[in-house]
Amino acid sequence: MLLEVENLSVTIGRVTPLDGVSFGLDRGQILGLVGESGSGKSLTALAVTGLLPLIGGRVSGGAVRFQGKDLAGMKPAALRALRGRRIGFVTQNPMTALDPVQRIGAQVDVVSRLHLGLSAGAARARTLDLLTQLRIPEAAAVCEAYPHQLSGGMKQRIVIAMALAGEPELIVADEPTTALDVTVQAQIIHILATLVRERGLGLVLITHDMGVVAQVCDRVAVLYAGRLAEAREVRGLFAAPRHPYTAALIGCIPREGMAPGALTGIPGAVPSVTAYPPGCRFHPRCPRALPACATEVPALTGGALACLNPLEMPHG
Amino acid sequence: MSAAGFATPVAAALRSRKGAVAGLWLAAMVVAAVFAPLLTPYAYDVQDLPGAFQPPGAAHWLGTDEFGRDLLTRLFYGARTSLSVSAIAIGISVLAGMILGAAAGYFGGRFDRMVTALVDLSWSFPEILVALILVAIIGPGVTGTMAAIGVAYLAQFTRLARAQIMAIKSETFIEASRSLGASDGFILFRHLIPNTLAPVLVAGMLATGDAIILEATLGFFGLGAQPPTPSWGAMMSSGSAQLFKAPGIILFPGLAVAITVIAINLFGDALVRALDIRRRERTG
Amino acid sequence: MAEPLLDISGLSKRFETPGGFGQKPRSMMAVRGVSLRIGKGEVVGVVGESGCGKSTLARLVLRLLEPTDGRLVFDGQDLTALSAREMRRMRRRMAMVFQDPYSSLDPRYTLEEVLGEPFRAQGLPVPEGRIAELLAQVGLPETMRGAYPHQLSGGQRQRAGIARALALHPEFLVLDEPTASLDVSIQAQIIALLQDLRARLGLTYLFISHDLGLVRYFCDRIVVMYLGAVVELLPAAATPPRHPYSRALMDSTFVPDPGQRRDLVGLTGEIPSPFNLPKGCAFAARCPRVTARCLAEVPLLEASGPHALACFNPLPEL
Repeated sequence: MLLEVENLSVTIGRVTPLDGVSFGLDRGQILGLVGESGSGKSLTALAVTGLLPLIGGRVSGGAVRFQGKDLAGMKPAALRALRGRRIGFVTQNPMTALDPVQRIGAQVDVVSRLHLGLSAGAARARTLDLLTQLRIPEAAAVCEAYPHQLSGGMKQRIVIAMALAGEPELIVADEPTTALDVTVQAQIIHILATLVRERGLGLVLITHDMGVVAQVCDRVAVLYAGRLAEAREVRGLFAAPRHPYTAALIGCIPREGMAPGALTGIPGAVPSVTAYPPGCRFHPRCPRALPACATEVPALTGGALACLNPLEMPHG
Repeated sequence: MSAAGFATPVAAALRSRKGAVAGLWLAAMVVAAVFAPLLTPYAYDVQDLPGAFQPPGAAHWLGTDEFGRDLLTRLFYGARTSLSVSAIAIGISVLAGMILGAAAGYFGGRFDRMVTALVDLSWSFPEILVALILVAIIGPGVTGTMAAIGVAYLAQFTRLARAQIMAIKSETFIEASRSLGASDGFILFRHLIPNTLAPVLVAGMLATGDAIILEATLGFFGLGAQPPTPSWGAMMSSGSAQLFKAPGIILFPGLAVAITVIAINLFGDALVRALDIRRRERTG
Repeated sequence: MAEPLLDISGLSKRFETPGGFGQKPRSMMAVRGVSLRIGKGEVVGVVGESGCGKSTLARLVLRLLEPTDGRLVFDGQDLTALSAREMRRMRRRMAMVFQDPYSSLDPRYTLEEVLGEPFRAQGLPVPEGRIAELLAQVGLPETMRGAYPHQLSGGQRQRAGIARALALHPEFLVLDEPTASLDVSIQAQIIALLQDLRARLGLTYLFISHDLGLVRYFCDRIVVMYLGAVVELLPAAATPPRHPYSRALMDSTFVPDPGQRRDLVGLTGEIPSPFNLPKGCAFAARCPRVTARCLAEVPLLEASGPHALACFNPLPEL
């Protein structure tokens, strides 16, 4: 397996916002990591890219294995070499991910110079090649531009180009399209998905949109309040979600022909990390909660479902 | 509402160690200034030439000056002049700056351009120069000093108030208020000014420290309060002639200025931190 | 259509950027000749991407921005002819809910003061029990009366924003992307609340959004805008769009069903600068169905029945 996250816990100071999360990803696959804000998606991304120290966090349990090697045991220098070279990271906000005073070309060049040891000329040739592959028109002119001269969608493509420049095997994209217009969103997601299929990369796509997941992902891991609720293959998950939270999240997206009033959302809100309820953390919002849910932490059964009262498996 | 809104951070500032020590010193200075006649048996202006140049002792805790006047008494009365002149001048300056800055920031247009040009112009002169020119026009004394200090700092508060108003003006809650039918005056007094008040008051507090120095400087040049009214600057000025004979005459008022200014800055820092935490809680 | 509550005709807004050192003053048309009738009790959705002028339109309708041209008739009264004072009074009958629930509430005031503000702004006393009633209407617990905005979640703040808009019993609400900065689960809650309020209070909505999927679920009629102009008017939420841009918007929505995977291509090309609009159709540069005529002439909004569109080469009618 390309990436294996096993029973991962993350601690920041005195709180443990991420607790026992597991999922895996093969080459050529897209894993959707979904959940509302505060579910621990971005924290998982930071753990996978070894960036937890940036926010003062650390892996306090479990393992993140990249091609069989545990990242937690790695020295900072080895991690740095891995990040950018083998693991690319696409951040949420393309508006702040680029250095405003450097030309686009130079910012992309530096990645392949650093990680692939290319000369200035070779790096620029590679940058131009990458930008063309990402369907950026007039790549040479864009290289000479500054970030403020580009649109949001264009900037996000540059950020993706930077993530790809080190020829990584895994890309982690944290809500790469939330700041963008819908038609541009579709385009960026399409570009990412094509890259995965054509180059055999692995992609961890963090999103809160079940629609995006349904359209491009192969596997899904649903997080709630720092724990894994359900992790499965995408078709099965949408056809018959077993965790009530998964079902509720799917129900939040308006569909063609939905009756008025059918969209109700999930009552309440995700608890903050200092106010996690005992038992199953979803139970105060859950329509299927049993008395036991308030006291007993549901174990992950069958590898990928944590619920004491799951929805039925479809027959046949 | 705004007074209550400001009391919480002041209390928070006092809870920090630096803030508490600084607050204690400032409170002591204010008490000394207000209750000077009750705190000392001496008068500040009665000369006793045979008793001149006494070192600190039981009768005169800090000794006497070249005219035999009790130094501690004069320090207390000096605090009256120095603190009140600075505080009143800054107070008026904050108020005027707030009104000017708020009006310029809110209404914009030609009035704003004019105010901004004047502020920029006055920023190209050192404060002491502006003060000296004004004292030269109005004449030395307490009034002249107040005017000088007030005008010297007006530009700073105007600019700060304007910048704050401009920032808050673009918040959606201003537009929301307009969408509900609020008038300009309503928005100004309900949203803009209350949100501008805290930072401007903190800046005013910190500027009071500088103003005490400015007042002392004017006093030192003989342009501030006129004898026999004591002020810390005037005391230092007369003590400078006796620097080697009786260093206490210049040392004690000098220390009073220094410690008070440091205390104001420390308290101001604590206040800024207290206000900052509140803001972080809001956005976080 | 029901009796019109709001009649927008030929509404335009030009923004001017002042010239600076070495820069010429420039102007752009943020809204270009928009005409639209909104019937009593109707929910009309305006959809488009950033820069299409939908938020400007929302503000023009409440006269938070002064239109450069055109007329606004609300319940028989010409809003553009009202004085500033008369318009302020008129705002008792129309209100707005804003996109960002974080900056739309003043951090210094409690919920009770936020909900009392509409009355104070109008110089009215706050009626006894009205605050409690408003809190109940939007599903906020009475105990939150004294809470400050920073103590509320995003969804709760948006509920407070809706309660504030409802305070003066308006008939008409402009909803400017009220769910765009919320989680999908909270978005669905807010939409359900808005539907419920509409049914109970007989409200009329102008709903601004970038999400065609959401608009199709929530609205009775849909207006699609591109670069300041209406390109298509769909008479019903389920009407299949015929303008290539509306079609692209629809194809860009992510259907939550892995069984219905679409080829997500989005749109290529960049939106032209509003300061420098092309000669022909503004969408021509990105349009997959562009013809020679599109580059030379501006298509006008033409109606065939209730369905109107501005396109020389629309998709065939289904």
